[in-house]
Amino acid sequence: MPWAEALITSKAAGQEVAEEGRVLAYVDALHEALTLALELDPKVFVLGQGVNDPRGMFGVTTDLYKKFGEDRVFDTPLSEEGLTGICAGAALNGTRPVYLHNRPDFLLLTFNQLVSHASKFHYIDNGQNNVPMVVWSAIGRGWGSGSQHSQAIQGFLLGVPGLKIIMPSTPYDAKGLMLAAIADNNPVLIFDHRWNMKAKGVVPEGIYHIPIGKGVYRRRGEDLTIVGTSHTLALALEAMEDLDKEGISADVIDLRTLKPLDEEIIFESLKKTGKILIVDTGPAMAGVCAEIGCLVAEKGFHDLRGPVRRIGLPDSPIPAGFTLEQYYFPDKDRIAKVIREMVSGA
Amino acid sequence: MIRYPYNELEFTFSSSPDETYEADFLIGLYRSMLRIRMIQEAIESRYHEDEMKTPIHLVIGQEATSVGVCAALRTTDQVYSSHRTQGNYLAKGGSLKGMMSELYCRLNGCAGSRGGSMHLLDKSVGYAGSSAIVGGSVPIATGAAFGAQYLKKDQINVVFFGDAATEEGAIWESINFAALKSLPVLYICENNFYSVCSSMEVRQPKVDIYKKAGAFGVNSCRIDGTQVLNVYEATREAVKIARSGGGPTFIESVAYRWRGHGGAGDDSASGYRDPEEVKAWQKFCPIDGLYKDLMKKNLFDETRNSSMKKEIQDEIEEAFQHAINSPNPEEKDLSTYVYSD
Ligand SMILES: Cc1ncc(C[n+]2csc(CCOP(=O)(O)OP(=O)(O)O)c2C)c(N)n1
Repeated sequence: MPWAEALITSKAAGQEVAEEGRVLAYVDALHEALTLALELDPKVFVLGQGVNDPRGMFGVTTDLYKKFGEDRVFDTPLSEEGLTGICAGAALNGTRPVYLHNRPDFLLLTFNQLVSHASKFHYIDNGQNNVPMVVWSAIGRGWGSGSQHSQAIQGFLLGVPGLKIIMPSTPYDAKGLMLAAIADNNPVLIFDHRWNMKAKGVVPEGIYHIPIGKGVYRRRGEDLTIVGTSHTLALALEAMEDLDKEGISADVIDLRTLKPLDEEIIFESLKKTGKILIVDTGPAMAGVCAEIGCLVAEKGFHDLRGPVRRIGLPDSPIPAGFTLEQYYFPDKDRIAKVIREMVSGA
Repeated sequence: MIRYPYNELEFTFSSSPDETYEADFLIGLYRSMLRIRMIQEAIESRYHEDEMKTPIHLVIGQEATSVGVCAALRTTDQVYSSHRTQGNYLAKGGSLKGMMSELYCRLNGCAGSRGGSMHLLDKSVGYAGSSAIVGGSVPIATGAAFGAQYLKKDQINVVFFGDAATEEGAIWESINFAALKSLPVLYICENNFYSVCSSMEVRQPKVDIYKKAGAFGVNSCRIDGTQVLNVYEATREAVKIARSGGGPTFIESVAYRWRGHGGAGDDSASGYRDPEEVKAWQKFCPIDGLYKDLMKKNLFDETRNSSMKKEIQDEIEEAFQHAINSPNPEEKDLSTYVYSD
């Protein structure tokens, strides 16, 4: 087994779920969300490269076509830009496509249709049309994924009006946000993370929606505010478990959605703690960290009692090799180090 | 130098000489082309006033393609365009008042002043929209056709685009998918030889465009886009195939753009093409051609022609007045419809 896969598997095996209820793995929660959406609404269809292959998109789509038929769950040509426009056109004409990609890197080929078409029609058609479509992909990391298979591009898209961007971090959220995205009447991007896929959590049966545009507290504390999403937020939570023993406490906010952004929860917490650390799976420069940092400087300046800190990726391409990668990506120890500095004022 | 002589063109489909049409149908085609021409000329003549603050792309010389294609469609069939929208929009029955208000950037424009000339829309007649990104509406129309097929709607989707759009990758991605799924979609390539000021010669090797489409496994043909009946019959055939589940057709319709790429007037004096080439093509005017034909067959006369022109002129004047007297948007109109509820 490749090392990254082994790491994810062993982490999940060691994971204890404290809450009561039915426990599901992250991929299974996503699979269940797609199953429920396909059952509920005949206008929903699922497409993507490899959705019907034996591996079923990491397990997210395994055997769905057997239940719903290949008209509703189907493999596609490798035509990412064309297919994105095709989804937008199909959405304009009354359907609700869910287009899955292995990696966000491949979405870079789709920007023309995503940025200049799908997200614009509702506005330039003066409200006469809408584009209910979901574009899903899983951020990679490890095992040689490197510069072209582990990019996290959510930051590039923050400035695109009309798009919604979701980044779940738990199985419960993955399901509830996927169902909310499919029910939404706008183009919605979901970025999941490969390293979250085996995590376990309590997932209720049946349909439920998590509101798009609302964050949630994962921990409450006094010394600082940590905001972020997805896998990096999971790392920050691990860091806080260690720091607990040192008497450091934090508000940890899982934004769940980057666009629209829940500013309210960020400022509510900042008012109390006066310090903020922003974490993201993408580049620190000009991305999610930069945007939230700027927002805080603009609207939360008087609440700040220390410099804004951010942990994102360095401004250099992602190396493929195992050793270099260890230096490149933030881990819980690096996050903990920054938190200690912030708390001690060093 | 005449780079693209009409007489050297070879077509793979032409209208059948045995086909007979009702006079009203032929006169309707004539009227529709004439109306587009007159609207274009009216817009052109007032463009210098700078009140229509939107980039326009006139279709003078190319009217037969819009009219011939749309004559073979139902209202419930949908049309998408490139930046060169106006002929397609009007031929499909799009509201003239809505278009004029859009050109005048008024609140009651067909796209509420959010689209301008390059993004017209009239859903009530199946004019579904357009893209100002060359080739951009081809995937969209293909997807609309997929949606129609998926929802079992009896509906054809049609997309108009220029020769330069065939240099964009996503259109071939779309055609590949349409062929794969036998989608009810028509690709209408309006080949006018130029992309802004760049001739075909500097953009594409000498391979006929329709043949490239054929290589993807779709029906394809090249027609004389100055002859409205050619366009009509080729489209009628394509529609028949699409409605019976036979999949997409690609029609390369060749006609010359008499005006500059954008704005009013002919810009050939700037040197990218020979003004003689424009003159040579003006001998093959789609409107004059049909007029002469109608006269020869005694189906039409000068009196009817002038009263028709008067009627159109009045309609145009009314549409201009409608637009000019309509309210501008206000600041509060800026941020509506960013997201759909
Ligand atoms: C992707 C893209 N590239 C360039 C342009 C600039 N542009 C606008 S119209 C045009 C010419 C397109 O020519 P063609 O597709 O043949 O259509 P025509 O104007 O002749 O109708 C160009 C290059 C654009 N709008 N979109």
